[in-house]
Amino acid sequence: MKKILSLGLIATTMVVALAQTAGIKVKGSDTVLPLSQKEAEVYMKEHKGSSITVIGGGSGVGIAALIDGSTDIAMSSRSLKMDEKMKLKDAGKDIKEVEVALDALSIIVNPSNKITQLTREQLEGIYTGKITNWKEVGGVDLAIVAYSRESSSGTYEFIKDHVLQKKNFGTSILNMPATGAIVQSVAQTKGAIGYIGLAYMEKTVKAINVSFDGGKTFIKPSVATAKNKTYPITRPLFYFYDKKIETQVAPLVNFVLSKEGQKIVSEVGYIAIK
Amino acid sequence: MFKKIINKIIEGFIKTSGWVSSIIVLLIIIFLFKEASGLFNKTPLEEGYMLVVNKKNPIDKLNPDQLKNIFDRDSTSWKTLGGMNADIEIFTVEDISTFYNDSMIGENMSNLPWCINDHISKTENVISYFPEKYLPKNFEGKILHLDKISVYQFLKNKIWLPSARPVSQVGAMPLIISTLLVSLVAILIALPIGLAAAIYLAEVADSRIRTILKPVIELLAGIPSVVYGFFGLVIIVPFVQKIFNLPVGETGLTGSIILAIMALPTIITVAEDALRSVPKAMKEASLALGATHWQTIYKVMIPYASSGITAAAILGIGRAIGETMVALMVTGNANNFTFSLLKPIRTIPATIAAELGEASYGGLHFKALFALGCILFLITLMINVYVEYLSGKKQTK
Repeated sequence: MKKILSLGLIATTMVVALAQTAGIKVKGSDTVLPLSQKEAEVYMKEHKGSSITVIGGGSGVGIAALIDGSTDIAMSSRSLKMDEKMKLKDAGKDIKEVEVALDALSIIVNPSNKITQLTREQLEGIYTGKITNWKEVGGVDLAIVAYSRESSSGTYEFIKDHVLQKKNFGTSILNMPATGAIVQSVAQTKGAIGYIGLAYMEKTVKAINVSFDGGKTFIKPSVATAKNKTYPITRPLFYFYDKKIETQVAPLVNFVLSKEGQKIVSEVGYIAIK
Repeated sequence: MFKKIINKIIEGFIKTSGWVSSIIVLLIIIFLFKEASGLFNKTPLEEGYMLVVNKKNPIDKLNPDQLKNIFDRDSTSWKTLGGMNADIEIFTVEDISTFYNDSMIGENMSNLPWCINDHISKTENVISYFPEKYLPKNFEGKILHLDKISVYQFLKNKIWLPSARPVSQVGAMPLIISTLLVSLVAILIALPIGLAAAIYLAEVADSRIRTILKPVIELLAGIPSVVYGFFGLVIIVPFVQKIFNLPVGETGLTGSIILAIMALPTIITVAEDALRSVPKAMKEASLALGATHWQTIYKVMIPYASSGITAAAILGIGRAIGETMVALMVTGNANNFTFSLLKPIRTIPATIAAELGEASYGGLHFKALFALGCILFLITLMINVYVEYLSGKKQTK
């Protein structure tokens, strides 16, 4: 009995102690999650006594938490939607948006494929299932096998919004559970096409240039073209927070934007903005 | 005295464990069906949104298929849907700034409902969807209502695209067909091999080989399914692709082959037990009548053990139907509606595993996945009941 009491006492003091340090809570996008975790880890090592809690769940979850005040910073792989802006205003919050990193997606094909470039319209045709043979886009007579990520992935939504212009993926598209599986399948399937994060590029597959202006200019996916935003399949990753608590979260945000923080961005596999 | 108390405690513990586990199973089933039943009093329209057209538009009702075609820009004219002779114009709240400037929308977007109303009442060929709370007070358009999803539709529809916006497509038919097809073919591959191995182990192999082979076969059951999945992706997928000269190797057949390998231990163990339970007297009577060893096996032993062998096959199917990871990795997960084994397909367990993490709690997609779970549960329940029935029949023989 005594033991239980003393254990309880220890637990309570710990909870109280934790509450007193007033840590920063970061919640949201699973795409930004690995980055934030790493940043928080290094930050806490350098600033003894600071506490940062990083939780995933998705961009929408993080922004919902920002609205009801259960998080300090919301991580997001997209900008705020109209109705989210409304809700934040209703909750009396003035939101600051900080770009912390960039994420670019490469369109990849099998190395034996002669195709080196595609336009957005052609990509849309392929992923909505309207274009089914490589000869329709200037290649050899070979069936197209289009690989996509599962619909739970952030990249799925990104491709749907930006490349398919919100149209639905076709029913014959193959959905793979992981980026690694896409690389493996594209490497061993002649007619394959897929999309992966720029950082996951491997020699067994070939990245192609894309054009979002109807075929006038084709841009090669690279860190440089993603950074100057000429490569069209690039998205910024955001931190959102209420301006009222700026002094509380600024040290962490500034750390992420610092030289050291941006080095971590590259290490985790995204593109540094500076 | 002390011993008595301990005995009582143990007895009580055993009793409650039995009850608790039965109750937990029951609760899980109730939870599953309760969540799933919620699907059938929802419409497939995204929650909290309204679907509207201009007042002059003669169309009163659109089904989910037609709506999908409209928002995918596959249907571009109202005429093809039985309406007026005009193109379809899609308008969403995000487009508002192309029609009205910031000062018209107002600070804090307070004037947004007015702008929506204005645009929809002015544009005859418009179709729009927007959050319910932006519904203008004196709305001058026509609100389209969708039918609730029915059980029949859920089972019959051929498109599974719950993430489609603004109208979800939840048709379980291709998933059910794929799941049954893959499992059935898996068992057709596994049964002859498994039966042969069981006969070998029960009748032919000497005891030394048996002591080595049996644990090895049982080890097959202990390999994690993700390992089978990787094996399939790297070895079987290119193999199937080359043999059949296909554009893609992730097919139903690939899944069947791996599931067959995974079902083998179950089939071999159960079938071997059935063969061993053949009374010695029957076997010896057959041999005494001059039958050879092989004749005895296929004329006497297999018929006698047939119900046990059937049970082995059905348990194997049960193993294959519920398998998630392998199906997720090697069948391609395309929403194809097909009876072909050489095309990418998508099974029920793989769908649930891949999509449940993303579906918002309590939403339409979430409930649709639970309904899929119910279907899977009913299939395996039927299989188990049938196995019980078979083994009951054997005892009365």
